[in-house]
Amino acid sequence: MTARTRQLAERMIEHALWACAGLSILVTIGIVGVLAWETAAFLAEVSPLAFLTGRTWTPLFYNQSFGVLPIVAGTVLVATIAMLVAVPAGLTSALYLSEYASPQVRRVAKPALELLAGVPTVVYGYFALLVVTPWLRTWIPGLAGFNALAPGLVMGLMILPLVASLSDDACTAVPRSLREGAFALGATRLQAARGVVLPAAMSGISAAVVLAISRAIGETMIVAIAAGQQPRLTANPLVPIETMTTYIVQVSRGDVPTGTLEYRTIFAVGMLLFVGTFTLNVGSDWLRRRMPGGRR
Amino acid sequence: MTRAAWMDRAFHALGLAVLAVALSALMFLLADVWRDGASRLSWAFVTGYPSRQASTAGLLPAVAGSLWLVVLAAAMAMPVGVGAAIALEEYAGRRRWARLVEINIANLAAVPSIIYGLLGLGLFVQALQLERTLIAGAATLALLMLPVVILTAREALKAVPLAQREAALALGSTKWQTIWHHVLPTAMPGLLTGLILAVSRVIGETAPLIVIGALTYVPFVPDGPSSPFTALPIQIFAWISRPGTAFRANAAAAILLLLGVLLVTNGIAIGVRDRAARRRVA
Repeated sequence: MTARTRQLAERMIEHALWACAGLSILVTIGIVGVLAWETAAFLAEVSPLAFLTGRTWTPLFYNQSFGVLPIVAGTVLVATIAMLVAVPAGLTSALYLSEYASPQVRRVAKPALELLAGVPTVVYGYFALLVVTPWLRTWIPGLAGFNALAPGLVMGLMILPLVASLSDDACTAVPRSLREGAFALGATRLQAARGVVLPAAMSGISAAVVLAISRAIGETMIVAIAAGQQPRLTANPLVPIETMTTYIVQVSRGDVPTGTLEYRTIFAVGMLLFVGTFTLNVGSDWLRRRMPGGRR
Repeated sequence: MTRAAWMDRAFHALGLAVLAVALSALMFLLADVWRDGASRLSWAFVTGYPSRQASTAGLLPAVAGSLWLVVLAAAMAMPVGVGAAIALEEYAGRRRWARLVEINIANLAAVPSIIYGLLGLGLFVQALQLERTLIAGAATLALLMLPVVILTAREALKAVPLAQREAALALGSTKWQTIWHHVLPTAMPGLLTGLILAVSRVIGETAPLIVIGALTYVPFVPDGPSSPFTALPIQIFAWISRPGTAFRANAAAAILLLLGVLLVTNGIAIGVRDRAARRRVA
């Protein structure tokens, strides 16, 4: 190969590599494009106001109604229950791991927590429907076979490692000298954790929580299996509900012909889901960057 | 003991208790699956065809489908993902462009998997008219695993010592010769670990495959990329959703198989990483 052809080959390889990197941007454009295209077609037939503020969601019934609020409420309800489990438990684990645990305990406990995150969500769905719900029913007689409570609790368990691991990172990033200052003033580990570490790590911890909310909203299989398919505007965790993700699964499993209004609803719901999680992800990233010692 | 010291001890105990409760909840749930499914798990179950009757239903089409999906998805995602990682790590000269790609990848990694299903449905199934086939499913999963592959590949490339690159360049290698002959071989264990981790995340993915239209009853083994398909997690979902308890044992047994596969793949990933780490020390 002459120097000239080699140089040319080098240039072409570099361009090809950048094309690979650029593909990831095409994926984002593809997501937005597909969702926007079908959503626009949907909104041409249903007014955005009726979609976003309506209180009845019956796109698959003869008497169609396209008010998305019931499935948004279902999503928020399950995510709230999940966060009520994941945030206190995750934060406690994180403080324990960063302030109390010996290096040996950390070495075992962190991978063990990761196990929880590695279990496929369809398996968690099985737990929620066939193990946790029957068990809860021995305590709560009014609990329906499908409900928001069991999938919420199980989802909390699934998200716990995310909160714990990111919060632990945030706490570990707090300079040692700050703690030592507190200890020198006679603080216990808990007092140092609450008075010094937590405030200093707060933006990192908030980033973890926001990311966890995003994960909870987008989680599909647990709720598709265990929460039911009954869109209803309620805060009662004991009755069947439907989440946005479950609705998409429900329509996908049925035989709704492509190109119909019913078919387009899943893209409109998907768009809402995407906008919601995207906003949360960007918010989380913004918070993380304010973290001391974090990425710029 | 003062009140503060007492509180300190109490929180220590609380932290341990939370960890113990979370892990024992997982153990308890796994034990339940084992009780329900272990008796159903047999060679005939893994190599049998689906059936309307729970006791004779088998998993072969689902296992074959998952295998096809994972191999095809990895074959698509790996070259592109490693290529992107090389561009970002080795050629990141164009700062602003690289930063944009980085932010984009971080965001993609946090997009819910069901959204990738909608992308696959709109792009591969509808626009490219691939229909509800293995190749459409695999392409969707490839996009889903791309951010993970890129992020892990970057870590693997970062771990290659700069001196190794400088030595090759000093001997007159071009940039690409340096990467191809020196950086990539050294980074290979890390790249493989990343691939296996990405694969084990994708094996359990259910939602995107449902959205692009995986079938739940497939009485044949897929014969090529354009065949309709089912997959292990789809089969589990289908069995869980059936009323009655007969199929519950099947679902539990299939879950045991899925978790077993994940245990093996993750074990391999850890093994590869450890061996590479030991060789580097020696």
